[in-house]
Amino acid sequence: MSAPTFLRRPNRVLSVYAILFLVALYFPILLIPLFSFNDSIYVRFPLEGFTTEWFGQLWDRQPVWDSLWASVKVGLPVSILSTTLGVLAARSITRDRVPGRSAVVTFIMLPLVIPTLIFGVALLALLSRLGVPLSLYTVAFGHLIVCLPFSVATLLPRFEGFDRSLEQASADLGENGWWTFWRVTFPLVMPGIVASLLLTFTISFDEFIMAFFLSGNETTLPIYLWTQLRFPQQFPSVLALASLLILFSLPLILIGMWISRLGLHENTTKGAKT
Amino acid sequence: MTQTSSIDPKVTSRPTRTSGRIARLLYRNEGLRGYLLMSPTLIILTVGVIIPFLILLVISFWTRAGVGFDTTPSLANYARVVNEPMFGILLGRSFWMSGIATVATIAICYPMAYFVAFHVHRNKMFWLILITLPFWISYLLRVFAWRVILGYEGVINSSLVWLGWIKAPLEFLLYSPTAVIITLTHAWAAFAILPLYVSLEKIDKSLLVAATDLGDGPVARFFRITLPLSMPGVIAASFLIFIPTTGDYITPALLGGPDGMMIGNLIQAQFGSINNWPMGATLSIILMLWIAAVALAFLYLTRLAQARIA
Amino acid sequence: MNGNDAYISIRNVSKFFGTFQAIDDVSLDIAGGEFFSLLGASGSGKTTLLSMLAGFEPATQGDIFIDGQSMDSVPPNHRPVNTVFQNYAIFPHLNVRDNIAYGLRKAQLPRAKRYEMVDEMLELIKLPGYGTRKAHELSGGQRQRIALARALILRPKVLLLDEPLGALDKQLREQMQLELRLLQRKVGITFVFVTHDQEEALALSDRIAVMQGGRVLQVDTPAGLYESPNSRAVASFIGNMNFFPGKLRRNGTAGAVVETEGLGSLRLPQAPNGQPDGARVQVALRPEKFDLSVTKPDDRPSVEGRLANAAYMGERSHFYIAIDGREEPVAVSAQNRLRFGAPPGSEGKLWLSWSADAVVVLDAE
Ligand SMILES: Nc1ncnc2c1ncn2[C@@H]1O[C@H](COP(=O)(O)OP(=O)(O)O)[C@@H](O)[C@H]1O
Ligand SMILES: [Mg+2]
Repeated sequence: MSAPTFLRRPNRVLSVYAILFLVALYFPILLIPLFSFNDSIYVRFPLEGFTTEWFGQLWDRQPVWDSLWASVKVGLPVSILSTTLGVLAARSITRDRVPGRSAVVTFIMLPLVIPTLIFGVALLALLSRLGVPLSLYTVAFGHLIVCLPFSVATLLPRFEGFDRSLEQASADLGENGWWTFWRVTFPLVMPGIVASLLLTFTISFDEFIMAFFLSGNETTLPIYLWTQLRFPQQFPSVLALASLLILFSLPLILIGMWISRLGLHENTTKGAKT
Repeated sequence: MTQTSSIDPKVTSRPTRTSGRIARLLYRNEGLRGYLLMSPTLIILTVGVIIPFLILLVISFWTRAGVGFDTTPSLANYARVVNEPMFGILLGRSFWMSGIATVATIAICYPMAYFVAFHVHRNKMFWLILITLPFWISYLLRVFAWRVILGYEGVINSSLVWLGWIKAPLEFLLYSPTAVIITLTHAWAAFAILPLYVSLEKIDKSLLVAATDLGDGPVARFFRITLPLSMPGVIAASFLIFIPTTGDYITPALLGGPDGMMIGNLIQAQFGSINNWPMGATLSIILMLWIAAVALAFLYLTRLAQARIA
Repeated sequence: MNGNDAYISIRNVSKFFGTFQAIDDVSLDIAGGEFFSLLGASGSGKTTLLSMLAGFEPATQGDIFIDGQSMDSVPPNHRPVNTVFQNYAIFPHLNVRDNIAYGLRKAQLPRAKRYEMVDEMLELIKLPGYGTRKAHELSGGQRQRIALARALILRPKVLLLDEPLGALDKQLREQMQLELRLLQRKVGITFVFVTHDQEEALALSDRIAVMQGGRVLQVDTPAGLYESPNSRAVASFIGNMNFFPGKLRRNGTAGAVVETEGLGSLRLPQAPNGQPDGARVQVALRPEKFDLSVTKPDDRPSVEGRLANAAYMGERSHFYIAIDGREEPVAVSAQNRLRFGAPPGSEGKLWLSWSADAVVVLDAE
């Protein structure tokens, strides 16, 4: 839908506002890497010179590596599991006429809206009642609940984006459900799967609240960072760690978002051509 | 039958056998098939969401007894919440603070969403990704960034001192409700854009042409067409910000100080340092009830807005 | 080829989507090698019926037999039918060759053999050398042929086609109609062909089932449907029709007379079946069954009328003749055999006549 010319006339005030908005949005975040190279244990202006000392300090710290490893150990299975479950759920939501469909979707999406804190304490209550010791497994379970709605939300448009008749055609040409999935569905939702893997891994990797309530002795990176906040002399190395986290997750997110949307766009134009 | 070509008929002939009983049942019953596929997800969410909430509900009727619990059901915790002003004040403050943050976020994001919907013609996707990208950066880090800015020796104070505009750092910046509200607004801005943008993008541009044709200028057009038609997006965005911010923990914990504490911090404390789980459960249930009430209100508002549009 | 036995037998099939009934107690027999069409307006249930034949939707009630076997609970991948979809459903991630060879996986042929079969198919659909094209590089007509090839390569006993020509422009559609009919003759497969285009159905089919609101109204040959529709709905869906309400008078075994509003008393060569003496009926007469003349013809029934309106259509003209006892003018279609021939009696009164055996008697609605 293209608007007529008089509606498209550039609006200078709005353009300036947009720039200011973006600056305000990114400025606080960019301060973190900025100060992580500042040669002072105080986070203040004026800057006092360039150093990589804080990064060097991190490198030598075993707990950083331990918690990094813990985060990866949680994030990888969580992203794979939640994407797998998301594929199954998104498929049945879009393909089968299930009774109570919208109620089910709302239920799956609940963790997107309800504060994670409540999920955290509720899970904590459950686990302590059951006598399950807190560990990285419990953290992963918590993350699974946080990640599932994101997986489903990323995959749903994918499944909606291609026509049901393609799967019917596969069945018509003699393939059963299993082969139809691998020969038709999977290749067509592949970008969504990649996006879901990347996004859920990042979410799990960055997640704080669930890990805060459900961690045992081993802690993930965000929890380590949180504990270091208490020590003012650690502030620069916390900044360095935070910079690394941002540096690490940004590309994953960018690729994830790009893939998920780019593919969709392509698909719709293709659909329009037929 | 006439031969089409040299294709060997037995190569492609398929048995018209009926498969097993389960396969047959699944073929005939689409609902069953659907729920079977969703069952892992639903089981996990049941174990991870519904059962924990039920347990929380049960615990909320218990009371603390020494280090353990007194499991005789009682409304004592609820009575305390009603009777002791501290709880009411904290609850009220949480709603009030997240309410202000919500209004501020919408007010700040609306023009931006409007800009992308109406004035960006190429690379819309690039703009949308650019705006929503920060939302995906760790929430903890985004809050942490504001600590860097608002801290006693933070960016603002040190800059002002360095510029000579103030003598001593301003103390009210950090550890205040204002700090929390600013941070919440910033943290959720990237999220609020999407529903606003979607509702603005959906507006049929020919309506604006018609309004102009009927004599409306840009301002009248905005207030008479664009704003009312984008109301569903405004309501959705408000809901999506208001609910999670009410129960936020990280922001008030890092930036709130004693005056900026919210209900989430109290709940965490009950499960942590205060070690009164029944009270924590009670507060969680109350927060959930509040969320449910707000959700219903928003649902009603959405219906109303849509009814007006339709 | 054995054209008389029912190869496909649809027995009292109904389909509900929730509480909505999309197919209402349909029974049909389709012979082997037949070109059978389902004709109906959009939403009449054609696709739904076809989906039940293909197995995408199980029937809520009733059963379908193909080659004597019950298809109840037989999933699509085990049915001896293949489908050409309304939107062709060409797999966008595969090239033309892999699309056509899609169903050959189970045959476990060597690749060379598979490609050979695909090339034969491409030859058949007149797209040789297109094997490595991507799906999105194809025009609508090409997609349609590839969808056809993809289904035919498996040599199904029945081919289901859901409005396969609907997405094509008029010229291409007419060309494809011809090709489709020739192809069907050549491969000798039973075609079940869905269309909403009556001309297409008449031109292609051995037999046609007219559908409306999930029911089958009539099954007949194209000529049978056109000349002897069994209801007003069928009569007005296929071609144009003038309806004259009337009352049936039976004369024992000798025949019958219908007293119509407008055409007077019509003597019927044979008494119609069904309606009792004195029944309210309607007489249906197609526009081209009328003749116009300035003088009263003495060898055929006629009434006097007046030209109310005329429309020049090129090969033919439509005249609208007002007659006494009837509000709506009678539509008459006449071929323009003479160049610039003026309508007969355009100045004033004229005579409207018809041949007695063109009269169709239908139940009153
Ligand atoms: N999956 C479905 N769910 C609900 N209603 C459906 C579904 N498929 C078709 N229908 C309804 O059944 C009726 C017949 O549809 P269809 O068979 O597609 O008609 P046709 O192909 O003749 O245009 C329509 O009213 C349509 O809305
Ligand atoms: Mg159809």
